[in-house]
Amino acid sequence: MSATPAIETSQGSAPTQTGDRVFSGIARVAGLGIVVTLAGVFIFLAIEGVPGFFQDEKFYKGGGSFWGYVDNLLFGTVLVATIALIVAVPLAFGIALVVSHYAPRWIAGPVAYVIDLLAAVPSVVFGLWGINLFAPKMVPIYDWLNAHLGWLPFFKGPVNPVGTTILTAGLVLSIMILPIITAISREVFNQTPRLHEEAALALGATRWEMIRLAVFPYARSGMVSAVMLGLGRALGETLAVAMVLSGGGGISFNLIASSNPTSIAANVASQYKENTPGTLHVLIGTGLVLFLVTFLVNFAARWVVASNDRRMAR
Amino acid sequence: MSTTLTPAPSMPLTHGRLPRWAPGLVVVVAVAAAGLFPLLLGWGLVPWVLISVVLYIASLTLWSAVVETRRSAVDRMVTSLVWTSFAIALVPLISLLWTVVSKGAPHINGTFLTFSAFRTSLDQPIGIYHAILGTLVITLCSVIISVPIGVFAAIYLVEYGKGNKLANGVTFLVDVMTGIPSIVAGLFAFSMFTAFFGAGYRAGIGGSVALSLLMVPIVVRSTEEMLRLVPDDLREAAYALGTPKWRVITKVVLRTALGGIITGVTLATARIIGETAPLLLIAGLTTRTNMNPFGGFMTTLPVFIYSQFQKGTPADFDLAWGTALVLVVIVLLLNIVARVIGKIFAPKTGR
Repeated sequence: MSATPAIETSQGSAPTQTGDRVFSGIARVAGLGIVVTLAGVFIFLAIEGVPGFFQDEKFYKGGGSFWGYVDNLLFGTVLVATIALIVAVPLAFGIALVVSHYAPRWIAGPVAYVIDLLAAVPSVVFGLWGINLFAPKMVPIYDWLNAHLGWLPFFKGPVNPVGTTILTAGLVLSIMILPIITAISREVFNQTPRLHEEAALALGATRWEMIRLAVFPYARSGMVSAVMLGLGRALGETLAVAMVLSGGGGISFNLIASSNPTSIAANVASQYKENTPGTLHVLIGTGLVLFLVTFLVNFAARWVVASNDRRMAR
Repeated sequence: MSTTLTPAPSMPLTHGRLPRWAPGLVVVVAVAAAGLFPLLLGWGLVPWVLISVVLYIASLTLWSAVVETRRSAVDRMVTSLVWTSFAIALVPLISLLWTVVSKGAPHINGTFLTFSAFRTSLDQPIGIYHAILGTLVITLCSVIISVPIGVFAAIYLVEYGKGNKLANGVTFLVDVMTGIPSIVAGLFAFSMFTAFFGAGYRAGIGGSVALSLLMVPIVVRSTEEMLRLVPDDLREAAYALGTPKWRVITKVVLRTALGGIITGVTLATARIIGETAPLLLIAGLTTRTNMNPFGGFMTTLPVFIYSQFQKGTPADFDLAWGTALVLVVIVLLLNIVARVIGKIFAPKTGR
């Protein structure tokens, strides 16, 4: 009787060790796979994109050189993303506060759910809505802005008659990044220790003072990373911009006219059909630039969060 | 004794408070006052609402500043602003959903769902059958590629690589990967397949690779979170029974976290099923039904919408709206399924 378990362990130990080794091996390979994939993204984009830096001048559409071509697009990308952020961030924090601190629970739950659903609405649908409904609706507002605030460089006009301006694109983008920023900031607002909030209220703080003194300091890194993620999303958003913005033009801060540069991503989506190798190399080259820019933004976001976490931990 | 208990008369402990019905009253007054503009000057509904909101915030803040303290006034102003931002944000979102439903619903019928866009004469009706199948095939392939990689990478991060260099690097890179723009994923797949198979290679599998690049980080993130929720007590109990580590992971940890993992995968699928940009370059555009991801062009629902938009006639837009409704319904269904699964499989240990 006593021999049986001994035999079992001596026989059983070898296969389990093999199983362990195989299983941990698979897991490690999967982890390494992610590293390799990301390296692969960079390498393949570089292989096909770097030749795009040195193409014949005719592929750069009057830009002269690759940098002359890409800096217009880069400007368009950053401008659209900036407009989107300026509009979306205050609204997103507002919604997040409503859901986490202001609304009663029976409103907050469904609202949070709807916002999450909206994060999943495909960008092409936003684009369709933007071009068919939103852009024409904006024209009277642009007319008004041009008439009353025309002395500002942003609203100098002439107003684009169909509303497919960079401001429209930025506003559509802001609606698209709203759910992401809201979702993340709502989560960090909710994580504020209950005791901090109650302590603030017990000391006589109003609700806003409680939020300013207890919630915001605690949530700051999360808020920064939410904004940065929204920025990354806005920089890379393709279809909505490609459909809403009728681009083509140089660097200009005139937000309601028809001569604004489009964004890198939207440019790829609208140009890819010209199947000449030269164009494709140039487009992939611009994609490489976009990849590096979003990489830097994300990197900065993580760094801010990490350093803030360290400070909070001390 | 009595003197110490009596509060100093110069410093009141309470201040005036607005009655509970004050905000309601201010709303009515603000709307009525702003209503003068449409009545007298013929302004539209939008300016009316805008002026009402501005009047409401200003007058409530002022009233509160007079009756209550400055701090309460600020509090009331912020409360109004926060709720206003909430209302502003809801307007486009509701408009979007309403537009998709109202413009898409009339075009959905049996023909629309079961015919492809391929036709031999101009009077034949066209549908989106080819795009629905293309979406299913490409999405299924991406799920097959990304779920094993994502789940195993998460297992590595949580169970094996606690705090070592590779794990930290992978965590960081996953964060970076979540930020990759979808068009860059498409360009990557395009470059890779061009480098391997020569110029002009287009097939559904290329789209799946591009989508996997977007899906893997989401799967890793959600799985990682779920695995971390599994209590260590369970693991230790299993170890104490002499179970080898891989059996602990498969039988205890994964089993406990299964519901959460499936929820995460479903949500990730919902996320990528609507992606257009990566597929534009690599999956091609066709009007025929193609079920083979390794050969021939393949069209998905989002790409079909975009191509209809590019054609640009009102009839094309009608088809695009119908397709958009189908796509949104699929995405919503996936989301709801994910929640239901999450509810059913929710760990009974209680969080």
